[in-house]
Amino acid sequence: MGNGTSIGRVRGLGSAKGGVHHWLLQRFTAIGNLLTVLFLVVSILLLPDLSYGTVSEWIARPVPAVAIILLVLSTFWHARLGLQVLVEDYVHEHANKFAAVAALNLVAFAGPAFAVFCIVRIALGAHA
Amino acid sequence: MANAGTKNRPLSPHLQIWKWGPHMFVSILHRVTGDGMAFAGLGVLLWWLGALAGGPASYATFQWAMTTPIGYLVLVGISWAFFSHMCSGLRHLVLDTGAGYELNTNKSWALVCPIAGVLLTIAFWAILLLR
Repeated sequence: MGNGTSIGRVRGLGSAKGGVHHWLLQRFTAIGNLLTVLFLVVSILLLPDLSYGTVSEWIARPVPAVAIILLVLSTFWHARLGLQVLVEDYVHEHANKFAAVAALNLVAFAGPAFAVFCIVRIALGAHA
Repeated sequence: MANAGTKNRPLSPHLQIWKWGPHMFVSILHRVTGDGMAFAGLGVLLWWLGALAGGPASYATFQWAMTTPIGYLVLVGISWAFFSHMCSGLRHLVLDTGAGYELNTNKSWALVCPIAGVLLTIAFWAILLLR
């Protein structure tokens, strides 16, 4: 490891060690998104209408409720990984990058928490 | 130290240097549709679930917003982003196996993905609105 050129300063250090995990999770969640969002797409097309009664009765059933919870977890996780790459590509200042990734992680947990609460609330019959 | 040795050194060329090809377009489209959905798509998803949990009145507000011209534009945009991102994402999964890098094959699938995304969007809305 030298301190001259860019490549000289990193040569011999090996990988950052976290890249493969991120890359694999992006693929796993992509497969999860493919299955769950296609479930939602087909469900939207198969439902007789999209009125409150029809949709809330549909999403209260066990399989759709679990499928949409999985959809939320998978898509938010996938979006978190994707937006992290966006931040790392375009936000170069260290403090801003840290703040952006910190905010991203908070939203990536807050969004699914709200969504899961909503689905459970409907499924347990809040308006039945 | 962070920038030591980088002053006035040649950098690898960026977008404006290369001759444009479908593979560049589909790559940029994949990022734009993905990051677009992360904001608009997940936002509408949360609104939809929140409106359902809130009851008939809040669902009516959601339905009103989504059936205005801007609402339809957002929904069509999200569905197009999804189908495009799905097609280019499936392309990425194939490329991950090491297949599809021959120049002609790569160009063909780079052209097929965004077109398939548009066709699937049209098919989805046709089935939804004409049933």
